[in-house]
Amino acid sequence: MTYLLQQVLNALQLGSIYALIALGYTMVYGILTMINFAHGDLFMVGAFFCFLAATFLHLPFVPTLLIAMIGVALLGVLIERFAYKPLRQAPRVSAIITALGVGIFLENFTLVFAPYPQHVPTLIKNTTWVVGGVSISSLQLIIIALSLVLMAFLDFIVRKTMVGMAMRAISWDKAIVPLMGIPLNLVISATFALGTSLGGAAGVMYALAFPVIDPYMGILIGWKAFIAAVVGGIGNIRGAMIGGFILGGVEILVAAFLPSTYRDFVAFTLLLVLLIFRPYGILGKPRPQKV
Amino acid sequence: MSNNNILLSIQDLTISYGNIKAVKGISFEVNEGEIVTLIGANGAGKSSTLRGISGLVSYRGVISFRGQDLKSISADKIVAKGIAQVPEGRGIFGNLTVLENLKLATWSRKDKQEIRKDYQRVFDIFPRLSERQGQLGGTLSGGEQQMLAVGRALMSRGTMMLLDEPSMGLAPVLVREIFSVLKEINQSGTTILLVEQNANMALQVASRGYVLETGVISHTGTGHELLGDPRVKEAYLGG
Ligand SMILES: Nc1ncnc2c1ncn2[C@@H]1O[C@H](COP(=O)(O)OP(=O)(O)OP(=O)(O)O)[C@@H](O)[C@H]1O
Ligand SMILES: [Mg+2]
Repeated sequence: MTYLLQQVLNALQLGSIYALIALGYTMVYGILTMINFAHGDLFMVGAFFCFLAATFLHLPFVPTLLIAMIGVALLGVLIERFAYKPLRQAPRVSAIITALGVGIFLENFTLVFAPYPQHVPTLIKNTTWVVGGVSISSLQLIIIALSLVLMAFLDFIVRKTMVGMAMRAISWDKAIVPLMGIPLNLVISATFALGTSLGGAAGVMYALAFPVIDPYMGILIGWKAFIAAVVGGIGNIRGAMIGGFILGGVEILVAAFLPSTYRDFVAFTLLLVLLIFRPYGILGKPRPQKV
Repeated sequence: MSNNNILLSIQDLTISYGNIKAVKGISFEVNEGEIVTLIGANGAGKSSTLRGISGLVSYRGVISFRGQDLKSISADKIVAKGIAQVPEGRGIFGNLTVLENLKLATWSRKDKQEIRKDYQRVFDIFPRLSERQGQLGGTLSGGEQQMLAVGRALMSRGTMMLLDEPSMGLAPVLVREIFSVLKEINQSGTTILLVEQNANMALQVASRGYVLETGVISHTGTGHELLGDPRVKEAYLGG
C-alpha cells in the first residue's frame, strides 16, 4: 500500500511535467491545426535556460524559472513569426516539416555550446519527509504544486479573459475573427507565448528533478507529451492536462510492477488501445458540423 | 439623398482570386444615413466586395470611409474605424456562448459604461438572445444565430453596418423580423450596406440599390425604381 502511494506521488510529478508540455502542443493545434514539432525542443531550451541562469548568474529558483519561461516564450513567438506564419496558407505538410526542421536546429544550436551533458546546480534545498512510510521530497511537492498553479492560471486565461475568448474563437473560425476588431496575429502570438512558456517551465522542473541535461532530452519527452495531448483530445486544454497525468501514471505504474524496459512498450500499447475506443481522445469531440 | 455626405466610397474596385476576376472595376457610394443594397445572383461578386471593404481580401481601386483611404488599414482596425460586418453564413463562434460572442465584438472598445448600455440595447431588440445568454452559439437555431450576428455587429458600435445575405435560410416571418430590425437600426443612426439575393425585400427597405452581374454593376436606382424596372423584375424578382 505504501509502495503504491509512493508511486502515485511519483506519477503526479512526472504527469505534471508531461501535462505542462502537452498544453503547448494542444494550444497551438487548437488555433492553427498545426502540430508544433519543435515544442519538445523548446522544453529542452527551457532546461538550458535554467542551467545558464543558475550556473552563470547564480540566480535562485524563482528568477530562474521566470527567465526560462520568458526566454522560451520569446523564442516561441519568434519561431511562429518567422518560420510558421509565412506558411499559414501553405499545405499542412510544409508547416510540419518546417517545425521538425526548427526542432533539429534548436538541438544542434544547443549542441554547439553544450557538446557534453551538463549538470544543473541544486536550486531547491531538497528536504525529504517520511509520512507513514511514504517519502515526500520538497522538490516533488514544489513541482506538483507549481504545475497545478500554472495549469489553473492557463485555464483561467482561456476561459475568462478576452484574449482567451479570442483564442477559442480562432480555434472555431479564424477567418471571422478580424471582423470582431481583433488583431489575429497578436492573439496567435499570445497563444504561442503562453503555450511555449509552459514548456519552458516544464524544462526547468525537469532539470531540477533530473539534473543532467543534454540537447536531445526534448525529443522523447516531446513525443510522449504530444501523445498525451492526443490521448486527452488534441486541441482540448483540459484534455491535455488529463492526458499528461494519465501518461505519467501509466508509465510509473508499469515500471513499478514490470521490468523497467517494458515501460514505454506497455504504456504506449495501452494508450493506443484507448485511442481505438476514443479516436478523438478522452475529451476530444468530432467537430460538429457548422451551419 | 444629397451627395455631400458620402460615408463610404468605392472607386474602380477590382478583386481577383488567382486568375478568377470576381469584381471587375465597380464604383458606388453609400451616403450617411442610407440603406443601400447590392443585389445579384450567385457568384456575382457581392461577398467579395464586402470582404474588400472590411480589409479581408486585397484589391485594386480605392475604398474610402469618411474620406480616408482604407487600403493600408488592417481588418481589425477597420472595425475600430466604425465598419461592422455581418458575414455570409453569420460567422457565429459555435464554441462560445451568446454572451461571449457579443463580448468579443467589444475588443477594441474601452467605454465600459456604453458597452453595458449596448448589451441592453441588443437584448431589447432581440429578447430571445437575452434568454439564451449562456447557450453555446453552435446550438442556436439559424434565426437566433442571425440575431446574434446582427447583435454582435451592434456591439462593435460601428457607424456603418455591412450585411451579407441576412435573410439566407430564414423563414419568411423571420426575414420580415430581421428586416424591420435593420430599419430600426438604420433609423437610430447606423448606415447600412445590405447584400441580398432576396431582391424584393432588400429593395423595399433600401433607399438606393445597385445590381451586380458577374463583377460589374448593371443597374442602379432608388429602391422603388429598381423594383419597377422590368429588366430587374425579370432577372431578380421572378418576372
Ligand atoms: N477564395 C476564393 N478563391 C477563388 N475564387 C473565389 C474565392 N471567393 C470567391 N471566389 C469566386 O469569386 C466569384 C464571386 O464570389 P462571391 O462570393 O463574391 O459571390 P457572391 O455574389 O457573394 O455569391 P453568393 O450569392 O453565391 O454568395 C465566384 O465566381 C467565386 O467562385
Ligand atoms: Mg456571397
